[in-house]
Amino acid sequence: MARMRIDNYAYAEVPRLGWRGWLRWMWRQVTSMRVALILLLMLALAAIPGSVLPQWPQDAGNTRGFVEANPFWGPLLDRMGFLDVFGSAWFTAIYLLLFASLIGCIVPRCLVYWHDLRAPVPAAPSRLDRFEPVTVTAHKDARAVVWSARQALSPGTFVSRPGERIVLRRPRWWRWFADYRIRVDERPGRAEDASTEVALSAHKGHVRELGNLIFHVSLVGILIAVAAGTLLTYRGQALIVEGDTFTNAVVAYDSYESGSLFSEDSLEPWTLSLDQFEAVFGLDGNPDEFTAYTTLTEPGREPRPVEAQVNRPIQVDGAKIYLQGNGYAPVFTVTDSAGNVAFEGAVPFLPQDAVYTSTGVVKVPDVTEGEQLGFSGTLLPTALIDGDSASSLHPSPTNPVIFLEVFSGDLGLDDGVPQNVYALDESQLSPVRGEDDEPLVVALEPGETIELPQGLGSITWESLPRFAAFDLRRDPSLPWLLGASIGALAGLTLSLFGTRRRLWLVAPMGAGAGAETTVVTAAAWAPAHDGGVREDLEKVLIQATGTLTRKEDS
Amino acid sequence: MNAQELSWYALWGATALYAIAMVASSIHLSRVADAKAAAKGKVAAAVGATHAGEATAHGASASAASPEPVRTTAAGIAQSTTLVGAILNGVGVIARGIEAGHAPWSTMYEYTITGSFVAVVVFLIVQSRRDVSYLAPGVTGFATIALGLALTTLYQASTGLQPALQSFWLVIHVSIAIIATGVFIVAAVATGLQLMRDYRTEQPVVVTDGRHALARLMRRWRNANIRVLRGWNWLEGVPEPPRLEALAFRLHAVGFVLWTFTVMAGAVWAEHAWGRYWGWDPKEVWSFVIWVVYAAYLHARTTQGWAGRRSAVIALIGFVTLIMNFTVVNLYFQGMHTYA
Ligand code: HEM
Repeated sequence: MARMRIDNYAYAEVPRLGWRGWLRWMWRQVTSMRVALILLLMLALAAIPGSVLPQWPQDAGNTRGFVEANPFWGPLLDRMGFLDVFGSAWFTAIYLLLFASLIGCIVPRCLVYWHDLRAPVPAAPSRLDRFEPVTVTAHKDARAVVWSARQALSPGTFVSRPGERIVLRRPRWWRWFADYRIRVDERPGRAEDASTEVALSAHKGHVRELGNLIFHVSLVGILIAVAAGTLLTYRGQALIVEGDTFTNAVVAYDSYESGSLFSEDSLEPWTLSLDQFEAVFGLDGNPDEFTAYTTLTEPGREPRPVEAQVNRPIQVDGAKIYLQGNGYAPVFTVTDSAGNVAFEGAVPFLPQDAVYTSTGVVKVPDVTEGEQLGFSGTLLPTALIDGDSASSLHPSPTNPVIFLEVFSGDLGLDDGVPQNVYALDESQLSPVRGEDDEPLVVALEPGETIELPQGLGSITWESLPRFAAFDLRRDPSLPWLLGASIGALAGLTLSLFGTRRRLWLVAPMGAGAGAETTVVTAAAWAPAHDGGVREDLEKVLIQATGTLTRKEDS
Repeated sequence: MNAQELSWYALWGATALYAIAMVASSIHLSRVADAKAAAKGKVAAAVGATHAGEATAHGASASAASPEPVRTTAAGIAQSTTLVGAILNGVGVIARGIEAGHAPWSTMYEYTITGSFVAVVVFLIVQSRRDVSYLAPGVTGFATIALGLALTTLYQASTGLQPALQSFWLVIHVSIAIIATGVFIVAAVATGLQLMRDYRTEQPVVVTDGRHALARLMRRWRNANIRVLRGWNWLEGVPEPPRLEALAFRLHAVGFVLWTFTVMAGAVWAEHAWGRYWGWDPKEVWSFVIWVVYAAYLHARTTQGWAGRRSAVIALIGFVTLIMNFTVVNLYFQGMHTYA
């Protein structure tokens, strides 16, 4: 099978390094490149189940449902790590191997690069036949030809104006990377009639390899930054009702998690008050804008007003506070059978759909006499009641109504088991029944008070503030991660668009020095996708010979 | 005529023009193939008829003549319909943006119409620098199908944006993603042609009984493909595989840098909007898979035994994952991106 000849420039040229270098080179090129390739393909393949199957860290509820619905496959897949792909042993093994291979690959490459940087440009090959050479006749002597070629190749380095001396200017450092590096030899000639030839060899391509190394090193940097981030980060969720104040402390969060190297003592005790929450909805009920107007008080500083929007987090103490959700938190007052106020406060109702049909529960354990009370409520912000059915038309509180089911009995709060604040434990509760002996459902409007039957007490809906749910996160690795990512992008760009070109020009000196005509042989080489090198060659030849009369070598 | 109607008619016009361009450019391609075959025939005849010295001279002149672009009426039609089609496509996209009141990049419909526009524009840009008219049937064909599907099945009335989508980073992230997609489409066409052109020169391999059943099946499949490809003489109008590979690489390189940027901008956006830069949401998983597969392609190009065919296959796998990300993942997988 005839294999296609393609741009295999990565191994077209072998650095001259001796046998140890050779071994290293072989290890680098043969083993690692192939291993890296296969590991990359495996990494891509291994990631796919993570998008197809439900994953514990992303969606625990769905995943539990999946495991329960598939009694055979569910637990099996779970045990094999398919329900937490990105934390599974095999996924971790693949990427750790890949990075081991990467480090094992870039360290020697950096050394080789360092060596190459300082090594002189290799002399022009003695035979150019391999590189489709071009021959041109110039009406100058050989040294002059090469001198002009040299000037054409690095125009920045030599400036000559009429009537002035030739000025040698130090090249700028990036030019040193980006331009051709040139070497000129006078050596025994190969042509029969020439005893000596002048050979120019021009190389460029350091920037490409440099970019490649920066890219791969940055990948390692990204991995390290991500790993450091998971160790040092903390995040917590807190729900604040309009008018309330949150104090930054672990106990104040509704949920809280932190990396293993994070110390809770380092939390700064700032406070955040939610002064007002503004939600703007379109006529069709789609949200247009959410803004939380808050007051932030940092220790030792004046309180200052700050606004949070969905894409504009609040910055405090190296952390960011994101506006994550919102809803209504109706304020109730409940009196018990003795007529004492047993409960007073705002109760967050969680939105269940796009029109903010929200549900929540009111738990009243502190009754002075009689049984504990529980209410399970549904809030319709813009209620449309049509016979027996009711629904909300819009998320704005235009015509808010709350339907409450009333329970009495034991709320089960004294068992010591933490309870979900958004659900009633109905095991020891019984529904309060109305006159028709059906479970009682009361419809409340703002400001309205309803007397509960059997002298159980009353409930009043006082007002309808909103709440905002915040997600606070501190990850000190972020600037490093950003830096490494920018490095990777820059390195990649240099590496993919940087050129790697070789250009040679050989001019035999005629029988007598100062001969008037010279037959120049020139050739160029670059990766197959880089056609620009031919233009370089053309330009150099025109400069060197002052003509375009040339005969093609076939 | 309001913006919505303007967009609708312009896009249908673009679809029709792309279809014409596809047919015309295919005709042109087969003419080029014929011309090349004729030139080869002449050389062969010259070698047979004259002695060696003259033959080289003839050969040289024939090979010097062949890179000369073959001009046909079909080529002119293809070029002008592609250009006008692209303009109409652009008008359709802009009118849609005016109608929606934001950059038209938030639904599958909008992504498709903009993506086809970018693919055709990328093709036109490359075409303006060198003759790549052999890519035209693939690119305009793709654009015809994509636009047709968009107009007939994906169409959604425009809506406002959800708060999570109202961000500078949406514009950056999504626009670069679409441009990358457009570049990858053209690159995939070049790679596909490279593989077809390459396998065309292959001989079908005799299937022996000694092999494993699966191996035999794969041989048969390969032989069938080779036979089909041998029948496609228009492939002669396409450059040699190494030249196609070189072109495909440059396009893939541009696409890859843009995609890298897309993923990074997406992470920045997610950090702003959701408070985590990476959460292995299905869309993120697939962006990652696409990135890794194209990185594997770039590696394969420079790996002994993988350069050429195998790396081309990996590039096409990358393209399939790109299309999957946009179709299957959008439609069937749950995730935070599903409002897109
Ligand atoms: C974390 C996994 C890796 C990723 C995502 C990755 C990605 C890339 C990308 C995108 C390129 C293209 C840039 C260019 O062509 O210059 C590249 C090139 C390259 N990579 Fe990697 N790489 C990884 C690991 C490795 C490893 C383990 C090796 C060691 C063998 C390696 C060796 C190379 C080499 C030698 C090139 C240059 C190819 C050329 O000459 O163009 N890479 N890599």
